[in-house]
Amino acid sequence: MSAAIAASATESPARATVQDVYRLGFEGVVRRREGREPRSLTALRAQAFERFSHIGFPGKRDEEWRFTDISPIARSGFRLGAETPSVSAEAIEKYRYSGTHELVFINGRFSAEHSQIEALPEGVVVGSLADALANTPERLEGHLARHAKFEIHPFVALNTALFEDGALIRVPKGVIVDRPINIIHVGRPEGEAFACFPRHMLIAEESSQVTVVEQYGSVGEGAYLTCPVIEVSTEDNAVIDHYKLQRESTDAFHVSTFQLHQLRDSNFSSHSISWGGGLVRNDVNAILAGEGCESTLNGLYMVEGSQLVDNHMRVEHKAAHCDSHELFKGILEGRARAVFNGRIYVHKGAQKTDAKQTNRNLLLSPTALCNSHPQLEIFADDVKCTHGSTVGQLDETAVFYLRSRGIGEEAAKSLLTYAFAADIVGRIKVPEVRRDLEEFLFRRLPRGEVVRQAV
Amino acid sequence: MLEIKNLHVSVEGQNILRGVNLTVSPGEVHAIMGPNGSGKSTLAQVMAGKDEYEVTEGQIFYKGEDLAEAAPEERAREGLFLAFQYPVEIPGVSNVYFLKAALNAIRKHRGQEEMDAMDFLTYVRDKMKIVKMDETLLNRPVNEGFSGGEKKRNEIFHMAVLDPTLAVLDETDSGLDIDALKIVADGVNSLRSEKRAFVVITHYQRLLNYIVPDFVHVLVDGKIVRSGGKELAHELEEKGYAWLEEGRAAGASAATV
Ligand SMILES: Nc1ncnc2c1ncn2[C@@H]1O[C@H](COP(=O)(O)OP(=O)(O)OP(=O)(O)O)[C@@H](O)[C@H]1O
Ligand SMILES: [Mg+2]
Repeated sequence: MSAAIAASATESPARATVQDVYRLGFEGVVRRREGREPRSLTALRAQAFERFSHIGFPGKRDEEWRFTDISPIARSGFRLGAETPSVSAEAIEKYRYSGTHELVFINGRFSAEHSQIEALPEGVVVGSLADALANTPERLEGHLARHAKFEIHPFVALNTALFEDGALIRVPKGVIVDRPINIIHVGRPEGEAFACFPRHMLIAEESSQVTVVEQYGSVGEGAYLTCPVIEVSTEDNAVIDHYKLQRESTDAFHVSTFQLHQLRDSNFSSHSISWGGGLVRNDVNAILAGEGCESTLNGLYMVEGSQLVDNHMRVEHKAAHCDSHELFKGILEGRARAVFNGRIYVHKGAQKTDAKQTNRNLLLSPTALCNSHPQLEIFADDVKCTHGSTVGQLDETAVFYLRSRGIGEEAAKSLLTYAFAADIVGRIKVPEVRRDLEEFLFRRLPRGEVVRQAV
Repeated sequence: MLEIKNLHVSVEGQNILRGVNLTVSPGEVHAIMGPNGSGKSTLAQVMAGKDEYEVTEGQIFYKGEDLAEAAPEERAREGLFLAFQYPVEIPGVSNVYFLKAALNAIRKHRGQEEMDAMDFLTYVRDKMKIVKMDETLLNRPVNEGFSGGEKKRNEIFHMAVLDPTLAVLDETDSGLDIDALKIVADGVNSLRSEKRAFVVITHYQRLLNYIVPDFVHVLVDGKIVRSGGKELAHELEEKGYAWLEEGRAAGASAATV
């Protein structure tokens, strides 16, 4: 508690002062974690923090951040390291799914009270990363920060320096975890805006299989920053099915990095659903390092008002015979903005790569805006790479067709909007996640009750 | 039931319909024939309320009411049905659930109770027989991946379920093989009643061997240039539209002399 650092933008408008807030936050984390994590990690934190101090927050001139102005984040002197507020069981309820293992985090810290881990197959680790770092650090050696590089990405640097906890999931060789693991992270703003840096690790060893749901929600209103980093290792022949639900309040900032590393014959699939948050940036970096990998990275975003959602994908084909498929769909209303940046990088030896990327956007208002950029860099000669990006409105003929059958205009538009999203919804294999998304759409779409009946 | 008076319609500044008159009474079947681009679909879509089309003159009365201000869904709920020449594919919306929502919107408007899933399914199965629809098409998304014939049949199926008072069929016969054509025609015939009327738009006289009309109208260049009984269709079959187009051109030039 003594380590709680506070500074507000009004007291400290200067940039240097904001940097000081982070430095004090960093020192606080190191103090709090002292003796409870390996020295090597403390050293790594220091390096990462130095790196962040050096590069600072990205500006609009930074190519990777051209369309996403994060100055509201850079300006804020978020409170760091404050004590974790309490959250009622009812507030968590809506994120729970029956038949899952649940790991609950509040403001970046594990909540043993709310978490529920059922019996697991032998050797499977599902728990708090901080606990593992304190109790069995040797088992994590070489894994932490192995793939998520902080040298170039300031938010990864911040996370590495400042994280306190996160989920650790490790599935040993050949083990199949039947029940999905539901990581619930809630932000609970109280008074001043705060920032938290959850750090999740997921390791699926050879021929293992696991389903992971990663949720971000808010309890109550108020600004805060969630800056998660998740590192995923999909080892030889392993299968991971991953879902992310970004459903925070529109007061929240969310800047995440998803770092995926795939080895030979592994199969990774992810669906990233984003409807919450005021300013959301998701960096997804996938490295297909072994031959015969398959990677599916799909997503759906639905934003309104002045929300901004930015999905930055980078898929690197490093080995031959790998397939990657990306399908991102977006529905934009009001003055909402979406950015999609899809880079596919095919290394020289990655022959027989099959990479497909599609981004489709539906603009429901004339003031909504979308920037979609495919970027293909191909250094192998025997590959198949396709990309497509569209931005459009609802098809008037289809609206008329539905209305001519007696469906009202609003309902017809909602139905078509739902239909636009339906293929992503349909691909979600965990029924409760799918239902959650459907319910959201029925709630959000005007005359949702008609849509509910008609699909 | 339907009275179209001196209807002029333009699209993007182009006059498509130039004074159409048509009166349809309950129980009647009217056929509208005409060459490509003569305005048949425009007439059908205007009746259904497509707002892209601008009515510059004239009126459409349905059940005694001027339709000028009526939204497409209001017309539909009042029992007007249009089978599209080109039915639209709606991926992600199930054919059967969509129909249930549509039927319930119509029933609600009529002050009837909404149908629950069980009752609806019984009702729908019955209607499927009318067009010999395959059950699998029920659960597929609306028209998605349907063959041309399946789409047309699906339109007749929608019609049967929604139980309209006035049905306008826009070239529902085009592109069908004879078996499919018979199914469509049987479907329409089984729905014929003294309370219901049909406007059947077609290119081909062939359909009218199966759906025998009470009246035949010929639309050329946005105008009904000839009306008659079912024998007019046979005459057209023999002589082609050129016969009427020439006659009209001659008449027009005569008038200007
Ligand atoms: N939305 C539109 N915009 C511009 N022109 C249109 C539009 N719809 C129809 N037209 C024009 O109006 C004319 C009549 O078209 P319409 O589709 O009504 O003819 P049709 O008699 O149904 O033809 P077909 O037998 O080929 O179905 C055509 O010249 C067509 O190009
Ligand atoms: Mg036509």
